[in-house]
Amino acid sequence: MYAALWRVLPGPAWVRVLILLVLVAAVLYGLLFFAFPWVSQFVNPQEVTVALPVTPAGAPVS
Amino acid sequence: MDEAVSDLGRAARRGRSPHRRTSVVGVIGEVLITAGVIVLLYVVWQLWVGDLIYGAERNAEGTELSQEWAEQYEQEVPVAAPTPDAAAPAEPVTAPPPVLAEPADAQEFAVMRIPRFGEDYAVPMAGGVTRARTLDTIGIGHYPGTSMPGEPGNFALAAHRTTFGAPFNRIAELRVGDAIVVETAEGWYTYRFRTLQYVRPDEVEVLLPVPQAMDVPAGTAYITLTSCSPKLSMTERIVAYGVFESFTPRSAGQLPPSLQAVA
Repeated sequence: MYAALWRVLPGPAWVRVLILLVLVAAVLYGLLFFAFPWVSQFVNPQEVTVALPVTPAGAPVS
Repeated sequence: MDEAVSDLGRAARRGRSPHRRTSVVGVIGEVLITAGVIVLLYVVWQLWVGDLIYGAERNAEGTELSQEWAEQYEQEVPVAAPTPDAAAPAEPVTAPPPVLAEPADAQEFAVMRIPRFGEDYAVPMAGGVTRARTLDTIGIGHYPGTSMPGEPGNFALAAHRTTFGAPFNRIAELRVGDAIVVETAEGWYTYRFRTLQYVRPDEVEVLLPVPQAMDVPAGTAYITLTSCSPKLSMTERIVAYGVFESFTPRSAGQLPPSLQAVA
């Protein structure tokens, strides 16, 4: 997969490295700012409120 | 013989043919390694990087909100607030606290400032304590139906202690007497931290007008901050209580002394 990617990229080695760095940066940006925040709402359910179990979360009595 | 074989192998490797096919197993292996790296990255993001990013965003939003209010006030009162006279360090100006109307769900109405959490700490506060609309997206949530700042009774708030910027990350570091300042368009409501408590998640008594006291009318304004405990867990809640001290109106022309940095 990565070998194929390396072969597909044009130019001499340093150009390919440059392109790869840009690609990695783009992927990291997508992950950190979009993918991970979206995933975290399912992965790490954290409740910080107090509420009676019977009341719907977010609308505690009293 | 062995040498010959290894020479052959080396030669074959060196003269890598451009026609070499990518093997299925190879691709699967690389995909798995990539997935592993991404999962590790997620952990790093969840525990450290994400909070830095979100935290900075929150503080920037809070600071912006605060500046908007300041500009708004200047426009409304063009007479210009009296510039604080350096020669006369007068008594800090206070006033009876105006009581705001309760905010709608996810409506930002205040900015939280706690010097103990850092000078740049400025987290927006909005109505409601749902994760989707307030806690994950805005910062600090106000329990609907509880008092508003400065009002006798319990001004109850909730926020994350870890993840999503973690506004209450350092809640357990509060020391008795630390200022908890709620900035609104009107001015600054200063509360003083009194005590911490750890409770079960269903102990709604912490939200009573006088926290933990049934059927007692409130003569004092309290503030209650709830968050999760232990960190990254849901088994308990950590609760911080504070008592209202004073209100500093914007017309005072100066920040309340309670906003000074603490050592």
